[in-house]
Amino acid sequence: MSNEVLDTQMDDDTVLVDRLADRLDAGDRFASLMGTDTDEGLRLTALLATPDTIEPFDWVLPPGTTSYPSLTPRIPAAFWYERDLHDLFGVTAAGHPRLDPLTLPLSDDSERPVPGRPGAPWSIQPDEHILPRLVVGTGLFTIPHGPVRSGVSESVEFLVETPGEDIPELRVRVYAKHRGIEKRFEGMDAATGVLLAERVEGIASVAHALAFAHAVEALGGVRPPRPARLIRTLHAELERIANHLDVAMRLADAAGLAVATARFGAHKERVLRLVGRLCGSRFGRGVVVPGGVRALPALRPDRIRAEMSALASGIMPDAQLLMNTSSFIDRLRHTGVLDTDLAIDHGALGPVGRASGLADDDRIRRPYDAYDELVWRPATPWVSCDARARLQIRFDEIDDACTLIDQIVTELSTMDPATPLCRSVGFADGRGIGWAEAPQGEVLYVLEVSDGRIRRCRPRSASFHNLAVFSHTFNGDVLTDFAFIEASFGLSMAGVAL
Amino acid sequence: MWVLRGLRNGVVTTRYPRRPDAYESSFPAAVGVVDPAARLPGVAGVCPTGAIEADEGGVRLDRGRCILCGSCVRAHPEVFSWAAGSETAATDQATLVVGDEPEDDDALSALRADLARRVRRLRRSVHVRHLDAGSDGSDEWEIQALLNPVYDVHRLGIFFTASPRHADILMITGAGARGMIAPIARTLEAMPRPVVTIAVGADAISGGLVSPSYATSGGVGALLPIDVWVPGSPPTPFTLLHAILLALGRVPAGREVTA
Ligand code: SF4
Repeated sequence: MSNEVLDTQMDDDTVLVDRLADRLDAGDRFASLMGTDTDEGLRLTALLATPDTIEPFDWVLPPGTTSYPSLTPRIPAAFWYERDLHDLFGVTAAGHPRLDPLTLPLSDDSERPVPGRPGAPWSIQPDEHILPRLVVGTGLFTIPHGPVRSGVSESVEFLVETPGEDIPELRVRVYAKHRGIEKRFEGMDAATGVLLAERVEGIASVAHALAFAHAVEALGGVRPPRPARLIRTLHAELERIANHLDVAMRLADAAGLAVATARFGAHKERVLRLVGRLCGSRFGRGVVVPGGVRALPALRPDRIRAEMSALASGIMPDAQLLMNTSSFIDRLRHTGVLDTDLAIDHGALGPVGRASGLADDDRIRRPYDAYDELVWRPATPWVSCDARARLQIRFDEIDDACTLIDQIVTELSTMDPATPLCRSVGFADGRGIGWAEAPQGEVLYVLEVSDGRIRRCRPRSASFHNLAVFSHTFNGDVLTDFAFIEASFGLSMAGVAL
Repeated sequence: MWVLRGLRNGVVTTRYPRRPDAYESSFPAAVGVVDPAARLPGVAGVCPTGAIEADEGGVRLDRGRCILCGSCVRAHPEVFSWAAGSETAATDQATLVVGDEPEDDDALSALRADLARRVRRLRRSVHVRHLDAGSDGSDEWEIQALLNPVYDVHRLGIFFTASPRHADILMITGAGARGMIAPIARTLEAMPRPVVTIAVGADAISGGLVSPSYATSGGVGALLPIDVWVPGSPPTPFTLLHAILLALGRVPAGREVTA
């Protein structure tokens, strides 16, 4: 596994910013920034995605330090991460352009949850009053939307600011769903931790369980047996198909295409039923365990193959028809454009990045489980950078998923049923980093273990990372494009404010 | 073109609840206690959410806390087992505890009578409003699925509404995130008291695995009165449909209790 942990101790904060920025200029991607409370002080960790792994950079702020030089002016992708750091730890990024509360608005520093510090606060009430006031003046108005939204949606608040003649600006408030997940992980064992990981972002349960398990396996130096790698990949790809169909369904719904909405909804139901028949959970929960998988699929390989071919022959003609429905495509074309340059600067993840010309994909660059043992050519990124490209790349990925699953099923059918499905993996002290390419994009887990218990677990979803760039894609009519752009990002709010 | 496709190879819509549905009745939507009298004093420790209680009197399992991880079934298959069938919603939170003595019948029928009185005017068509109080996102998928042609709840006169003002039924998901307490209060203020409230999923009932946490309320029961409790992690669309029908008193007789 290419998942070793490199610790790099930094002594000078500003030198650190320069070094990180140089690495990004040289082609690395800014993947995450997190904090951990330790005896030596607050340890900050930046994670960079290199061509073949994810590398951590640590630096420690001695006790009593309340600020550090902000990364954001040099590294715009750190914008949300530094706000989140401030909310959780109370540490200030000096020179940050707008350090407003993001995941947990609090006025009193003594109340902060401080992940990594032993013990957990009993109750913390977010303080709405410290949020920046809505400005209402001449020629300037703010339209708040949420957090309780229309339809069956997750809670989140969008604020559309319309300053006179200028292009309206969109702000996102995500804290309403904050569940204290990072602190909740602390003290858990590996078996319980993977169950919680499945619930961090429930529509990507498999990807989160995988990223968590990969972190455990990196720590223990264990690779799951081959059948387990195949079964994991099978479920990861089924999860991808279901999520991508969900995006197609929502886009069709936004355009008022009732029949298309119904058909993609029915295809998605069929995938969830298949997953449920394979493992007992429609979301693939319980499949992934650290060291391998729980069980063989409950359906025989030939039955899986038959079901997959029925599925594909239902989906593909509908996908084609949808991409050729001009009234629909007209709504998506040039809508929600994320320029390639901005996508690179921000390190946009998953289909959002791949619709803006970025080729990064953990399945290829930093492969795990069976991805580097199967024959496949990932879909070529699209370069039109709009909502249409984001849907097209998803249909391409459904195609890829079918190819992958076909090979997996072939291999499963020739496998000795007595082959073990799981290797024992300890829960050794130390820090492990794990990742997986969720349908939304890269999911990244940093896991620290001490005395057989989780000391710190920091999940970073693609939804969090990509939502930060979402508001930069509104260049036209915010209100009429909103539903299309939102659906084309395909994010889940549960994964954002944790 | 889409019109033609809509007519072609149409999806088979379930006929549930008028006719049994094989998927509904076969889905392992719950864990049951097959030997409630078993003496397994330490067994509570196998459950990550504290759903299992065991003492001299035997073993009880609270489906409102159960996240269906299967750990107890693997550890003690002679005592716990998967239970097929999606009709697991309940009007009394206490009836979610299986292996226990049957509920006090009078209290239960009082609860049902009260609900029946409230839903009397809703026989023909009902409007459902969803509210997310900190879910993991999967519950929303399963609620949304009720609108797909397989379940097609419109055929049963069940509609989803965007406006709280017109909602008869409020379906609430999530562990009760504290950041949602004020927005929920504001939403409830804007709506006439919904006729029926449904807590969707183990998180909404008990906080599930997410609670205890400084940021959640350990379920939504602390935030508003709840009429119907829907176990599951997440509950499947059939379980959700069962919950709505149960709320409306439209579950065919003899099919209500599954323990
Ligand atoms: S299946 Fe339910 S009751 Fe059994 S251990 Fe898991 S959560 Fe607890």
